Amino acid sequence: MKTYTLTLTAALALGGAAAIAEEVRVYNWSDYIDEELLTKFEEETGIDLIYDVFDSNEVLETKMLAGGSGYDVVVPSGTFLQRQIVAGAFQKLDPAQLPNLANMWDVVEKRTEQYDPENAYSINYMWGTTGIGVNVGKVTELLGEDAPIDSLDLVFKPENMEKLAQCGVHFLDAPAEMIPMALKFLGEDPDSQDPDVIARAEEVFVPVRPYIQKFHSSEYINALANGDICVAVGWSGDILQARDRAAEADNGVEIAYHAAKEGAQMWFDQMAIPVDAPNPKAAHVFLNFIMDAQNMAAASNYVYYANGNKASQEFLVEDVIGDTAIYPDQETLDNLFTTRPYPAKVQRTVTRLWTKIKSGT
Amino acid sequence: MMRRFLLISVPYFWLLILFLVPFVIVLKISLSDTALSIPPYTPTFDWSDMGAFFRALDFENFLFLTEDDLYWKAYLSSLKIAVISTFFTLLIGYPIAYGMARAPEEWRPTLMMLVILPFWTSFLIRVYAWMGILSSEGFLNQFLLWTGIISEPLTILNTNTAVYIGIVYTYLPFMILPIYSALDRMDGSLIEAAEDLGCSRLLAFWLVTVPLSRNGIIAGSFLVFIPALGEFVIPSLLGGSGTLMIGKVLWEEFFSNRDWPVASAVAVVLLLILVIPIVLFQRNQQKQAEAEQ
Repeated sequence: MKTYTLTLTAALALGGAAAIAEEVRVYNWSDYIDEELLTKFEEETGIDLIYDVFDSNEVLETKMLAGGSGYDVVVPSGTFLQRQIVAGAFQKLDPAQLPNLANMWDVVEKRTEQYDPENAYSINYMWGTTGIGVNVGKVTELLGEDAPIDSLDLVFKPENMEKLAQCGVHFLDAPAEMIPMALKFLGEDPDSQDPDVIARAEEVFVPVRPYIQKFHSSEYINALANGDICVAVGWSGDILQARDRAAEADNGVEIAYHAAKEGAQMWFDQMAIPVDAPNPKAAHVFLNFIMDAQNMAAASNYVYYANGNKASQEFLVEDVIGDTAIYPDQETLDNLFTTRPYPAKVQRTVTRLWTKIKSGT
Repeated sequence: MMRRFLLISVPYFWLLILFLVPFVIVLKISLSDTALSIPPYTPTFDWSDMGAFFRALDFENFLFLTEDDLYWKAYLSSLKIAVISTFFTLLIGYPIAYGMARAPEEWRPTLMMLVILPFWTSFLIRVYAWMGILSSEGFLNQFLLWTGIISEPLTILNTNTAVYIGIVYTYLPFMILPIYSALDRMDGSLIEAAEDLGCSRLLAFWLVTVPLSRNGIIAGSFLVFIPALGEFVIPSLLGGSGTLMIGKVLWEEFFSNRDWPVASAVAVVLLLILVIPIVLFQRNQQKQAEAEQ
C-alpha cells in the first residue's frame, strides 16, 4: 500500500510538472546572441526559454561548484570548462539527441579537445581572440598616424598610455587573459604556470596602471561605441559589436580591432549541461537548435564572433566570414596561443597579483 | 512555569536559527580545505565517521590571513570608510530628525513618509542612479559646469568619495528614524526650563536635547556602521579599483580564487570585529530598557 501511495505521489508530481509548460534555463554571456533566436526557439519547440546572462567565468564557476544552479545549459570558456569537468559539474552529452552534431567543424573540435577530451561534455558555441580595440580617430590624433594599434606596445608602453589616458583606456577584469598577454609582451611563455614567471606580469602593469581608467569585462562595448573611451583591451566580437553600434549611431566614431601581432590568446566558449540540470532533455533540444546551421549563422552574424559550426559558414554574411579579425587567416591563426587552467595554488598567486595590480595593495 | 519557559526560549530560538546555525556552517567551512568538487571543499559533513570529519578540520586558513597584509589592510580600510560614513550620516541625519520632531504635529506623518519613501525603489536601482549623477558627463558635473563653479568635470565616480556619498545616502533613513523617535518622546518643557534657568538656546540644545537623544544617536550609528563595514554593492558599483573593502576581498576569495574556506575565514574574522560593537549596542539597549522601567 505504501509503495502504491508513493508511486501515486510521484506520478502526480510528474503529471504536475508536465502540465506546467516545459521550460529550459540557459545561462550565457551578456551580448552574446541574436535575441530573435530566443523567440524562434520558443515558437519552434514550444519550450519556455528562460535566458540569463553573466559577464565573468568566475561567477559561473562558483554557481557550478556550489551545485543546484537550476540552469540546464551554461557556457563556460575552455579552461574553466576543463576544471569544472574534473569537479564533476557536467553530464555527458547524448549524441543520439543531437543530430546536428554533424554540422560541427573539426578544426575547432580538435582544439577544444584539449579542454574536453572527445568533446564528450560540450559543444563549441563561439570562439575568438583577446586583443585591442581602438577608436582610430582619437588614437591617431594623440599618437600620430603610425600609432601601433596592432601591437601590445600600444597598451603596455607607458609613453603611449600616458597620452591615451586623456581619452580613456579600459582593460578586461580577467586575470586569466590579461596576465598571459603581459607575459607575451615580456617574451615569456604566456601559458606559464610558474609563479615566478607569472609574478613578472606586475612589472608590465605597474607603470601603466595610473593611465587605466577601469578594469571591467563588459562596459567597454558601449564606452567604445559612444566615444567615452578610445582604447579597450577586450574580446574580439565585443569590440566588433562596438564598431557596429558606432556605425549604426553614425556618431563619427570608427572602431578597429586587432589581435596583437606579438601573439594573441584564442579562447573557446563551450555549451554544456550541468550534472543537476532540471531538464536535460530540453537542454539537448536547445543545443541541437543552436547547432542548426542557419541558427548558428544568425547568432554569429549578430555578435561578430566566429563559431565552431562548419555548416553555418555558407549562411554567414561577408562582414563576418570575410573579416580576418573574426575568421583569422592562416598567418594570424599560427600566431594565436591557448592557455591551460591554473592549478589552485597558482590561481591564488594569480588572483593576489591581480588584486595588487588593480588596487595597489 | 511552562509558559514562562516558552516565552523566554523564543528569543533564544530566534538567535539559534538566524545567527548560530549560519555561523556554525560558515565556521565549519573556514576550517576545511579547498577541493575541486561540488561543493568545492572537504571534508563534507558525514554522520557515519564523525571522528575523521573533526580531524580534517584545522585553523590554517586563519593563519593564512595573517601572512598576507592584504587582509588587515582591507579590514582597516573598511573600518575607516564605515566610521567616516557613519559620522557624515549623523551630521546630516540629526538636523533632519530634529526638524521632523519640531515640525507641527500634523506634518509629522508626511515627513516620516518622505524619509521612508525611497525604500519603495530597489536599493540597486538607487545606487545605479548615483552612477548617472556622479559620472563625468553626469547631472552633478553638468550642473556645476553650468553654474561656472568648475571649468573641468570632477572625477567623483569610481573614487572613495563616491562610496561615501553612496553609503551616506543609502543608510540615512536608518540614522534619522531612531534619532527622531528619541527626540519625539522628549518633553519640550525641559528646554523651556533650561532657558528659564539662563541657558542660551544653543547651550540648552547641547546640555538637554543632545544627551536626551543619546540613545537614538547610538542606535542610529550602529544601524549605519554595521552594514557599512561589510558593504559590497556600493563600493563595487561606485568605487574605483583602488577602493579596498573587506566585502570585495571576500568576493574575490569566493569567486576568483574559488577558495570557500579562506572566504569563510575572512567572514568569521569580520563577524568577530563586528561582535564588539554589537555587544556594546546590546548593552546600551539594555540600559535604556532598565532606565525606562
